[in-house]
Amino acid sequence: MAEHENAPNAPIIMCEDVHKWFDDFHVLKGVTTSFQKGEKAVICGPSGSGKSTFIRTLNRLEAHQRGKIIVDGIELSDDLRNIDLIRREVGMVFQQFNLFPHLTNLQNITLGPIRVRKLAKSEAEAVALALLERVNIADQAHKFPAEISGGQQQRVAIARALAMEPKIMLFDEPTSALDPEMITEVLDVMRELARSGMTMLVVTHEMGFAREVADRILFFDEGAIVEDAAPADFFDNPQHERTKLFISQTLQH
Amino acid sequence: MRDELLEEHQKLAELARREEIRPPQSSKAVLPWMKANLFSTWYNSLLTLVALGFLLLVFKGFLTWAFTGAKWSVIPANLQLFAVGSYPREQIWRVWGVVYILSVLLGLSAGMWGGLVLRFALVLGGVWFIGVLLPFEFSTRGGFLGAVVAIAAALFLGRGRTSFRPWILGGWLLSFPLIIVVLRGFGENGVLTSNWGGLLLTLILAIVGIVASFPLGVFLALCRQSSLPAIRWVSTAYIETVRGVPLITILFMGNVLIPIFMPDVDINQVLRMMLGITLFSAAYMAENVRGGLQGILRGQQEAAQAVGLNYVQTMLFIVLPQALRAVIPAIVGQFIALFKDTSLVSIIGLIDLLGVAKSVIANPDWLGLQAEVYLFAAVIYFIFSYSMSYVSQKIETALGVGNT
Repeated sequence: MAEHENAPNAPIIMCEDVHKWFDDFHVLKGVTTSFQKGEKAVICGPSGSGKSTFIRTLNRLEAHQRGKIIVDGIELSDDLRNIDLIRREVGMVFQQFNLFPHLTNLQNITLGPIRVRKLAKSEAEAVALALLERVNIADQAHKFPAEISGGQQQRVAIARALAMEPKIMLFDEPTSALDPEMITEVLDVMRELARSGMTMLVVTHEMGFAREVADRILFFDEGAIVEDAAPADFFDNPQHERTKLFISQTLQH
Repeated sequence: MRDELLEEHQKLAELARREEIRPPQSSKAVLPWMKANLFSTWYNSLLTLVALGFLLLVFKGFLTWAFTGAKWSVIPANLQLFAVGSYPREQIWRVWGVVYILSVLLGLSAGMWGGLVLRFALVLGGVWFIGVLLPFEFSTRGGFLGAVVAIAAALFLGRGRTSFRPWILGGWLLSFPLIIVVLRGFGENGVLTSNWGGLLLTLILAIVGIVASFPLGVFLALCRQSSLPAIRWVSTAYIETVRGVPLITILFMGNVLIPIFMPDVDINQVLRMMLGITLFSAAYMAENVRGGLQGILRGQQEAAQAVGLNYVQTMLFIVLPQALRAVIPAIVGQFIALFKDTSLVSIIGLIDLLGVAKSVIANPDWLGLQAEVYLFAAVIYFIFSYSMSYVSQKIETALGVGNT
């Protein structure tokens, strides 16, 4: 088993029977799955199904209470050094952006590289400006988050995560808090990122994006994965009743 | 062609419409303003006149007293007492030393930072200059003139040298122990702290209290939010206990109990009061800071963790800057309260500014001049309290950038 894990084509994320409770509420009921390097997976499901909680366990913003999670060969536990290592390799983008309002967009991006990766300030700024260029908002570098639109904020947030040079990017409903006309600009950045070969796990309701970009779609319901298939199979040939219902509901509008 | 004309017409009409709808202008001229706000109806006019009459009645009495009845000579005659209490005359150069240390530091800072610091340096220079003009002894006036020159020279020297800023911050930190050493001197040749008094003592107690209770309060607030129950309980117990006891009790107990518990350690009265004031103020500071911490959304910490910051970095760079900015008014309110509370040390026999006021009144030469002396003390307290308030307002505005 250990030999298999060290093999070059070993999965970059492995989850085995992951359980999580909020007090008495059983949120994750034994999630077992794995993701390959470079894979793009979309995770969907009704609200309260545990999909957000699941990806939040992958960088230990939530601690799982049973089972095993191994990210890039490091097992997640209460060991603080492991958590620090994991968080350097896993970037995260939040539904509410969570930019730091007291820092400029540029400082939002350089904070991690300077304090955690110990880059020189000038070096970190060069990296940050290049990333802002990549997400098409280089001209907003010296503004504060409150001075730019939601779509722009989310792109800064993506740049902030990328500045840590992560191997994996987690997206927790990145477009759910955006006005409709801003969703495209964020999805465009994510498409570009997908083309660059990044490993991406995306919780989203954007089924168009899922069909186009995802290698795999995982459907969560009541704390477990009920469907795990390639987009074509997922949309055209769903196996479970719950999935069929979800697809018919989301594709109606 | 017709269409173009029509379009042009519509544009003009649109412009005209925009032009017409302007916000109602409120008049800034004095007479129309008075008519609109003070004399708009007959009963408003009546109220205005009655209020005016009342104000006249009150102020007439005060002004008559202030300009004809009051014996203000008590103030200049005792100015040194107000300033330094019973600090020995032959050692007064030590106080001058402190004046020069602060003047040079402030001058350098003003040159490097400009803005609010510069304004502060100019005000202090102005105060020293007034000292030059007043009819003091020749040496005193010379001292003040030197201080003016020191500020000006330091200001000139520091102009634009922004790269030296960290050194100056270090200088300010170092100045606290340095000032204490300069004021105290060593052994028998120095000045015992029991001889410190007047405004000097008030300021030392207040500044030490503020500088020490602020970090302690932040620390207590963070402990109270800790996920470790033991730390949380100890911190909560401390805060609630201290907040449940009057400051005067703490000062009394500190004065009596510290020598009983630590008979071998020589902790003088001034130090005991500093400890008491700091420990008392820290509990209130902690609650103010906690109010700010609770206003920070959970997502801020999660985002900080997600980019790999550890707990200390998250607090230092993300949570505290936002939390403290939100509670600047409450924190400065606490500083002002602390400054005025230092007057309580007079109950254990230290002669601070208020203590000097009391002793001047008790002097047979100046009997019956309570009003003059207390009014003077009140003005001094007000000047310092209002300065703190003013600075806090300026800092709030300066930090308002990027606010959500």
